[in-house]
Amino acid sequence: MDAVGGEVNGAMLAARIRKERHRADASSFALDVSIEVSPGITILFGASGAGKSTLLDCVAGLAAPEEGRILAAGEVLFDSARGIHVPAPKRRIAYVFQTLALFPHLSVEENVAYGLIHLREEEKRERVGAILEAFRIEKLRKQKPGEISGGERQRVALARSLVTEPRTLLLDEPLTGLDTELKAAIVDDLRAWNAAKGIPILYVTHNREEVNALGERVIALDNGRVASAGAPMEVLDAPRRKRLAQAAGFENLLSATVLDLREADGVMRVRLGESACEIEVPLGYAAAGSRVQVAVRAGDILLATERPHGLSARNVLEGSIISLEQRGTMVVARVDSGVTFVAHITPGAVRSLELMAGVHVWLVLKTHSCHLVD
Amino acid sequence: MEALLLSMKLAGCVAAILLLIGMPVAYWLAYSNWRGKFLLESVVALPLVLPPTVLGFYALVAMGPRGPLGKLWIALFGHGLAFTFGGLILASVLYSFPFAVQPLIASFEGVDRKLLDASAVLGAGSLRTFWRVILPLSLPGLITAVVLSFAHTLGEFGVVLMVGGNLAGVTRTVSIDIYDHVQSLEYSEANRMALVLLVIAFAVLSVVYAVNRRVWTPWAAK
Repeated sequence: MDAVGGEVNGAMLAARIRKERHRADASSFALDVSIEVSPGITILFGASGAGKSTLLDCVAGLAAPEEGRILAAGEVLFDSARGIHVPAPKRRIAYVFQTLALFPHLSVEENVAYGLIHLREEEKRERVGAILEAFRIEKLRKQKPGEISGGERQRVALARSLVTEPRTLLLDEPLTGLDTELKAAIVDDLRAWNAAKGIPILYVTHNREEVNALGERVIALDNGRVASAGAPMEVLDAPRRKRLAQAAGFENLLSATVLDLREADGVMRVRLGESACEIEVPLGYAAAGSRVQVAVRAGDILLATERPHGLSARNVLEGSIISLEQRGTMVVARVDSGVTFVAHITPGAVRSLELMAGVHVWLVLKTHSCHLVD
Repeated sequence: MEALLLSMKLAGCVAAILLLIGMPVAYWLAYSNWRGKFLLESVVALPLVLPPTVLGFYALVAMGPRGPLGKLWIALFGHGLAFTFGGLILASVLYSFPFAVQPLIASFEGVDRKLLDASAVLGAGSLRTFWRVILPLSLPGLITAVVLSFAHTLGEFGVVLMVGGNLAGVTRTVSIDIYDHVQSLEYSEANRMALVLLVIAFAVLSVVYAVNRRVWTPWAAK
């Protein structure tokens, strides 16, 4: 599996990346992945915050990993051990951002020609003409990005990236906001272009439908790690990893039913067990109505004796304490709120909150402390 | 009339020099991640709060025959810097520095970072990115910088008096000319000059606000 360490053949993109990321809320986040992308479209799937964009930034050279190695088409772009860091302009990795980042002051033609720096004029014209035709935007040559439609802008961004004959194409949710038909038409043109070139295309999305529609291969990213990789069906219906979750220290493992997906927020609402208890969890590979497992560490649950308000945590559940049990310097509280939760608290908290069996409490769970287990 | 032309010449030279110096300084201030950046920002903003006489005083001392600049100038050109047109330009450049640099910083910072990233992944180095993306998108800021440094130099008084003195045709700028006329009770003369300055100032500020309100833009805005 670790092709990054050995030889990589052909046009493949291979990356082993470890990068710490410090967020404003002081919770740090580590991206720690090893991926291989063969020619054709590979979907990089995961909820927002899973590390997809950080991974792309590292591959493109806009961010530097703390450690790792990145290879594209046989050339080393980054190698922490050997101190190699090829700067972004020299990587020949095309990158289409979610915002597209078309230059507003340049015409479509000038945008597309932007990356053709060292070519003779006639060759430039030829290449630009060919790619404008391939993406059906030759009529828009003289227009500015502000004067064309969203779908057309996406075509221009693709053409601008691909005209430079890159080694790899990175797409960061480039087709969000387009209807399915338009999306399919653009992807068809992209596939047609790539049939001749055969470069690896890494396509980021958090939309399940796109995964099914586009991908030949899927890499699922979860909390900075590769959760699974393979054909779309295999990855999306990955075998349950219940025992893995327990081994990793999730004291609460609850079965739940998905109520609805809120893709824009990167979350979904689930109902726990047969209770009336509803909580918000990170968006996962599930559809409304399907059964999932939610895992929560006992140490990630807060207890309050009054209804808390003004919190950023999205899940506040009412319940009562069933039992308190001292284990070393920690107290294990079992709380009934329709389903039974286990929470770890300190003896000091028990004393100051005057907790005992039967006391009415509120449980506070951060959305991202609720892990989906497939 | 001689004084007005001299002022125009001075302001034109200063605006041109400031544009050239201001761009790299503003670029660095807008994009550097150095933690001590605030120190340079303070230095750049100093002329905004210092009385012109303080700035003029130190400029005069530095340019004098015993000052470091004066010595250098004498060694290079055989004459001193104080009370010459060159000295006036130098002092005015210092005095109008923030008026050129601050609009440039603001407009450089206003350019979407994603556009800079896009330029980099398309193979452009930082110089190409500057000329092809940052500069054209900062055009209103560029115009504001030139216009403001021109106008500000045109109207300066304290620094000119300290460094330039009052030599007709060499350092007697329009604001000093007005002062002279008032001192000699030639009010109609003073009024004529003052009116010209007033009209120029109004026109210049109108350009700045029009450009920044996008009344006129060099590209089709959406």
